[in-house]
Amino acid sequence: MSNEAILHGSSAAVHEVHGDHHHEHHHHETFISKYVFSQDHKMIAKQFLITGMVWAVLGGLMSVLFRLQLGYPDAHFTWLENILGKFWVKDGRITPEAYYALVTTHGTVLVFFVLTAGLSGTFANFLIPLQVGARDMASPFMNMLSYWFFFGASVVMLSSMFVETGPFSGGWTAYPPLSALGSASPGSKTGMDLWIIAMALFVVSSLLGGLNYIATVLNMRTKGMSMTRLPLTIWALFFTAVLGVLSFPVLLSGFILLIFDRNFGTSFYLSDIFVNGVGALPNEGGSAILFQHLFWFLGHPEVYIILLPAMGMVSEILSVNSRKPIFGYMAMIGSLFAIAILAFLVWAHHMFVTGLNPFLGSIFVLLTLLIAVPSAIKVFNWLTTLWRGNIRFTPGMMFAIGFVSLFISGGLTGIWLGNSALDIHLHDTYFVIAHFHIVMGVASMFGMFAGIYHWYPKMYGRHLNNTLGYIHFWITIAGAYLIFWPMHYEGLAGMPRRYYDYSIWESFKQFGDLNRFISTVAMIVFATQLLFLFNFFYSIFKGRKVTAKNPYNSNTLEWTTPIRPGHGNWPGEIPEVYRWAYDYGKDGREFIPQTEPVGADESHH
Amino acid sequence: MSTSTTAPVTTKWWSGGKSPFNVEYGKLMMWYFLMSDAFTFGAFLIAYGTTRFATAGWPNPNEVFKSYPFAGENANAPLVFVSIMTFILIISSVTMVLAVKAGQEMNKKAVVNNLILTIIGGLAFLSCQAWEWTHLFHEGAWWGRNPFINADGTQSTTNFTNFFFTITGFHGFHVFSGVIINIVMLIMTLMDKFEQRGHYLMIEKAGLYWHFVDLVWVFVFTCFYLI
Repeated sequence: MSNEAILHGSSAAVHEVHGDHHHEHHHHETFISKYVFSQDHKMIAKQFLITGMVWAVLGGLMSVLFRLQLGYPDAHFTWLENILGKFWVKDGRITPEAYYALVTTHGTVLVFFVLTAGLSGTFANFLIPLQVGARDMASPFMNMLSYWFFFGASVVMLSSMFVETGPFSGGWTAYPPLSALGSASPGSKTGMDLWIIAMALFVVSSLLGGLNYIATVLNMRTKGMSMTRLPLTIWALFFTAVLGVLSFPVLLSGFILLIFDRNFGTSFYLSDIFVNGVGALPNEGGSAILFQHLFWFLGHPEVYIILLPAMGMVSEILSVNSRKPIFGYMAMIGSLFAIAILAFLVWAHHMFVTGLNPFLGSIFVLLTLLIAVPSAIKVFNWLTTLWRGNIRFTPGMMFAIGFVSLFISGGLTGIWLGNSALDIHLHDTYFVIAHFHIVMGVASMFGMFAGIYHWYPKMYGRHLNNTLGYIHFWITIAGAYLIFWPMHYEGLAGMPRRYYDYSIWESFKQFGDLNRFISTVAMIVFATQLLFLFNFFYSIFKGRKVTAKNPYNSNTLEWTTPIRPGHGNWPGEIPEVYRWAYDYGKDGREFIPQTEPVGADESHH
Repeated sequence: MSTSTTAPVTTKWWSGGKSPFNVEYGKLMMWYFLMSDAFTFGAFLIAYGTTRFATAGWPNPNEVFKSYPFAGENANAPLVFVSIMTFILIISSVTMVLAVKAGQEMNKKAVVNNLILTIIGGLAFLSCQAWEWTHLFHEGAWWGRNPFINADGTQSTTNFTNFFFTITGFHGFHVFSGVIINIVMLIMTLMDKFEQRGHYLMIEKAGLYWHFVDLVWVFVFTCFYLI
């Protein structure tokens, strides 16, 4: 069978037909098929985005609540008791069980539901077909299932907040024995069962999505769109999908063994345990460290699953708004590839102090520090792209520059933590919290904001309000540094993470004022995000309308679609591509779209 | 990068507008899914390996797996029954290959026959596994219970049975899914779905999955019965 026949024997042909008919007559679309069980990648992207935003608000609110405890350990907020109930607040204070539940759920939700599903779910769905020139994803049906599995995971995770014994409270990494023994803590009972079900559903969702993204990038590119003409967003989302497809299954294996340990009397992770009030357990022969290996084999790629989409979008936004080609396009791809490979080879740097053989630790130190090389290549390429650019400071661009700033400051502390000797002092302190919140959490949030501000006109056909965007940016970046910068200092002084009340410790009492300061800023930053939410939802209905097809004078294919593209994206033929995505400021022209054939006397890039 | 018409015609597989591996998207997805699934099994088997390596003793598989159906208490045929199981599964892979080949030749009758044989093979394997599990259960083995002693006569941990039932169970679940997929393929073939499409690509994808499940069994078999 010929290649053409193979391609057209599949859904590609169906889309072709579908798209061609689109401008002639409108399909009868019901509310259900358009907004709920939609198979249009753009609608699915919006579903991911808005579900992710709901989780971001909930996860952020959780951090405000536990920061309340950390900043004001002696205060009594009796009014909270009426809102949250007796499990969560007793005598006006967040209870210890609730505190740990909040920390755990905050971590799980932000890492998986917001920055994995909300970030790569949104932008891989939205941008891949639009930027590679495809009518839709390879399998729109699987794409729809991917969202609904995520929705199911969300419902189960949310329901765990309402069980009598509270949600899981053993930390987002779910280390056994806390996660394996129901008798270990209240949160390890039903809450943990629901947590693990939610995560299993999430793995399925991520697998369905990831397979689709890979197949779409490889198979569905329009004519002329060779891999080296792809915008860097697509390269980043492609590597993200590969990382997810290869690392989540290992987490699933780890979880399956955990389920057996919890419910069927096995001892994969358990050995020689004595539980207060229960007595000695019969479990023998397992190892809690085994879970850590399985978990971090996912866990480390996971931080790149979170970070790479942000890197890709930032590369694109920086280039468009500097009116300059991205500096070192091939180096950018190479460094993404290097990061994707190294991501699988460094997991044990999360386990330096578990009794890991120091020699083995030194190998993981070397591999970990190697990641500094591709990371530095990317940073220098972003800076050189900005260098002498004709920069347009749109809100999207501001967040993209903010991402670079955060990635540098958070990345540098990674060099400290990647060192197994320093890690003896720094592990499990606020230094770690500061490091990963800046480099992975806030930086990726900034990438996500940059993407939302930049592609909002394509998503909704309207602009976000710029003034609100600038306010949002400045308060958020200042706040992010004010929250996390002092934590480095606390961590270096040895202040451990995950403690309920530092005021009762002689060594950490001195940080009472600093903790109050951090908590105050955290609340201000959280309130500022509500401003963004208002901007987002208000602008969907009332924002300034987009009047030009290509408002940013951008080269990529998504701006060749109508202002409000229908299902199928292009009304007529899919445009053909003749050049890479970064011909900005070439031969005296400000920008040359990818769809423009190469002129006879055009210089080489 | 202009293409000149006088240049010799070479297919540019990666230049867009065509599938670079000359496969449709579904098969590409299947390959990536199998890679993903290989990591799932890989994680299980590595977990098994590290646990076993870190444990002082381990039961001798020749002592554990030595019975067969309708044998008495004193049956001593080490690994005979599991060899038959393995053989059945490998034969079912052969019939699957024949079904795929028949599909490429658009030979509906041969597709149907070979699919039926593959399904029978899969069901036979599952029945064997069901018998073996029941037999071990009656000997007192289950998750969290291990009646067998180590090869050196010392007391064994339960992780021998824990891993055995979890991993062979997970593999059995894969075989079960494969049988379901093959039954769906059979029904679709009988309904002339593939004749109407003009190709039997779905059978090829089901075949990839089936071969993968067989291949995984070879590793599972090696890890639990031979080593």
